[in-house]
Amino acid sequence: MSVVTVQLGQCGNQVGRELFDVMCSDAQDAGRKTHSTAGWERFFRQTTQGDLEARAVLIDMEPKVINHSMSRAAKSGRWRYGETSHFSQKQGSGNNWANGYRVHGPRHRDAVEELVRREVEHCDMLAGFIPMMSVAGGTGSGVGTFVTQCLRDIYPSAFVLNHLTWPYGTGEVIVQNYNSVLTLAHLYQLSDAILVHENDIVHRICSQLLKIKQISFSDINRVIAHQLGGVLQPALTPDSCGAYSRNPLGELVGALACHPEYKLLSVSTIPQMASSSIAFSTFSWPALLKHLRQMLISNTKMEEGIDWQVRPPPASAGRTRTLTAGSFNTSLANLLILRGKDVYSAETGGFGDSAIYTSWLPPDEAFSLWKSPVPFNKYEKSATLVSNSQALLRPLDDMVRKAWNMFASRAYIHQYVKFGISEEDFLDSFTSLEQVISSYTQLQC
Amino acid sequence: MTQSVVVQVGQCGNQVGCRFWDLALREHAHVNKRGLYDEALSSFFRNVDSRKSYSGACCVGGRIQRLKARAVLIDMEEGVVNGILQGPLREVFDSTQLLTDVSGSGNNWAVGHLMYGSAYRESIVNTLRKTAEHCDCLQCFFLIHSMGGGTGSGLGTRVLSLLEEEFSDVCRIVTAMFPSAEDDVITSPYNSVLAMRELTEHADCVLPVENQSLVDIVNKISLMSHGAKPGCVLKKDCTVTSGHGSLSPTEKPFDAMNNIVANLLLNITSSARFEGSLNMDLNEIAMNLVPFPRLHYLVPSLTPLYTLADVNIPTRRLDQMFSDAFSKDHQLIRADPKHSLYLACALMVRGNVQVSDLRRNIERLRPSLPFVSWNQEGWKTGLCSVPPVGHSHSLLALANNTCVKPTFMELRERFTKLYRKKAHLHHYLHVDGMEQSIFSEALSSLDALIDEYHQLDATKARLTPDAPRLSIAR
Repeated sequence: MSVVTVQLGQCGNQVGRELFDVMCSDAQDAGRKTHSTAGWERFFRQTTQGDLEARAVLIDMEPKVINHSMSRAAKSGRWRYGETSHFSQKQGSGNNWANGYRVHGPRHRDAVEELVRREVEHCDMLAGFIPMMSVAGGTGSGVGTFVTQCLRDIYPSAFVLNHLTWPYGTGEVIVQNYNSVLTLAHLYQLSDAILVHENDIVHRICSQLLKIKQISFSDINRVIAHQLGGVLQPALTPDSCGAYSRNPLGELVGALACHPEYKLLSVSTIPQMASSSIAFSTFSWPALLKHLRQMLISNTKMEEGIDWQVRPPPASAGRTRTLTAGSFNTSLANLLILRGKDVYSAETGGFGDSAIYTSWLPPDEAFSLWKSPVPFNKYEKSATLVSNSQALLRPLDDMVRKAWNMFASRAYIHQYVKFGISEEDFLDSFTSLEQVISSYTQLQC
Repeated sequence: MTQSVVVQVGQCGNQVGCRFWDLALREHAHVNKRGLYDEALSSFFRNVDSRKSYSGACCVGGRIQRLKARAVLIDMEEGVVNGILQGPLREVFDSTQLLTDVSGSGNNWAVGHLMYGSAYRESIVNTLRKTAEHCDCLQCFFLIHSMGGGTGSGLGTRVLSLLEEEFSDVCRIVTAMFPSAEDDVITSPYNSVLAMRELTEHADCVLPVENQSLVDIVNKISLMSHGAKPGCVLKKDCTVTSGHGSLSPTEKPFDAMNNIVANLLLNITSSARFEGSLNMDLNEIAMNLVPFPRLHYLVPSLTPLYTLADVNIPTRRLDQMFSDAFSKDHQLIRADPKHSLYLACALMVRGNVQVSDLRRNIERLRPSLPFVSWNQEGWKTGLCSVPPVGHSHSLLALANNTCVKPTFMELRERFTKLYRKKAHLHHYLHVDGMEQSIFSEALSSLDALIDEYHQLDATKARLTPDAPRLSIAR
């Protein structure tokens, strides 16, 4: 079953290229035939000349980034993008969600739909779509939301898993909070699940774990690609009966997003270290899983500086309904993916503990485990945890708070009104997100 | 890739414009090694092969034949434009792009705006239309003019409103040279205030530049180059300091000052022309930096202004660049943004600078810069990988800051000093279509603008709590 990736805007196109790079080399280096075939078939297709082409559609409102990504991919020699799988215009969306959603999206709807249709036709069976975008700018966020809506309309039975990159808290774009609020509110109705990476967190991983001195956006994108690859590369799932899963997106959504009010997913991986250190480290499943579990409940994405004091509150004490009750991160559902040596002997009981989950979902429904004996991306053993938990609650709340403060003074609103988004639309979006915040806050009961 | 058209009006506008084209050619020559007409070049130049059919326009990808600037040159006296046409840049302009007259505007806004404005309306619109038609995707008009004279200020603002009428969806960025207090044109306060009203109403963004600041900066540079520190030598060929190495061998008096403004324009468009890891297009400037429609005056500051000849630039020098951008000495108007309120700030970085350097410096400088309560993290950043000629990196900061208020208040002072006495008014009222009400309206427009900035300033001291959030029924 194949997945079609839709890369939108500068960020989507830059991250997407790194992701395909990781997946291609993982499939190649792993040297295991069934794994490679499954991985390649899922994300790539073979041309008549035997070259690997990514199952991707590249969309941007200005041409520089797409040109750059396409030439970088072709230079790698191992895979490339389809010659005609891209769509660009001459002028960007100006960091304006309204411009992307109301003007560029509808204007180029036919061309984009045609590109997607052609890519889908190349798939024997469509597993679903992964639109990749950032929420800070104009194209990724605005056009991305519009395209997601089109995908939903035209392929109602396909799974749509949106991958979002959240910007640094201290601005990359001044109106980033407006764009983020509008995007998230709309995507919540359209997406099956929303997988989020935060630039701030990935930046810290780069500096503290990977020890990179001068961090560039390529470094950031490579970490995101590594984490996403850990999720998306083939794995054996409970439903797949001993073969690599043919329905990865469906199973992921089924495992994690069982309730329409809870769709935000975050990713943690372990281990993460500078590649020069990997040779000198030994990994054991018990250590890795113990750290990963504590990372989950203390809400940190790094295996250094973990707060071991954070514990699940005892079942007897009444659980309070505040945003900051302790620093314990309650989960709704977790998906653990183990890759590498001795994967069948790994003991994952800690993740099935009902204390870390909300009370209204039994742990055996809340926790899912996938495995693959093939090591991933140079790590002899690695674990990826996709979790639907309160991890994104604080960043989401911050984002809404800042956007609301700006909205209270009506700053920049005229720029959005110019393109057809009214104050009512803003209020609707704020309302939807307050709802999401409220739902996640109450996971603790 | 989008195109931009530069409209230069009046003596000052044309002199700055001339410097801009010179520098743009040098920059592209530096980057474009293979002589191909690429996308970056096409944003400011057309490629014309005179041997081909009637219009001779060549598309992107071919070899460079003859570059023609996407520009419109307007002046109501011929001296400056003729000088350009006889100078080394004559190949870059052709006669269809020029609009001149002989007698000038006599430093009278009304003559420029009303008399010449009506007389030349048709030809101006036609020339603009033709230039726009040569563009695939026109994104922005750059208008360059001075505020104190007659043509630049009067006719220039008339052109601005024509641009809004005829090309309403194309961004209008105005570089306006404000006169200093010691300006030799007595009526410059009248001209400036009358023009300001037009700028407030019709421009998308205005980059005010004060002559006095440019003079100070140029003096500082010559202090450096005359060995203020022993052992330091200024690099001679960088585009900021001089026309040395440029087309004209002799340097005219205002050239150094005009170079700085020309660099400002080059840097603003760099991310739209060249690639980088975080692109910043021209329409993003207005989107991010203009929170309320009338408050679109952006204080520019440019670093570095000169390079010392030692090539080895450690990280510390990079951080110094960021600090300099916020210091009083590097602002292009005489204002101190650190002591006023920031509404928004954009940093456009060129060269080998990574996102971590950017973040480190933002975090370092953040605490000392007062931002308005609803925009505490109001930074817009852009990274372009191509540095300017002669430097390894550079930074352009555009700040929407209430520090423009004192500049405007001073302007209003000078205006009212004259207006109270009705001095020189008759020169204006003689012109057909000019009435006293235009003066009073311009004054009230300026007053209203100053007031808006004042309101925002007043919030500076107050600690504004978070707005109460929507509460959801459960």
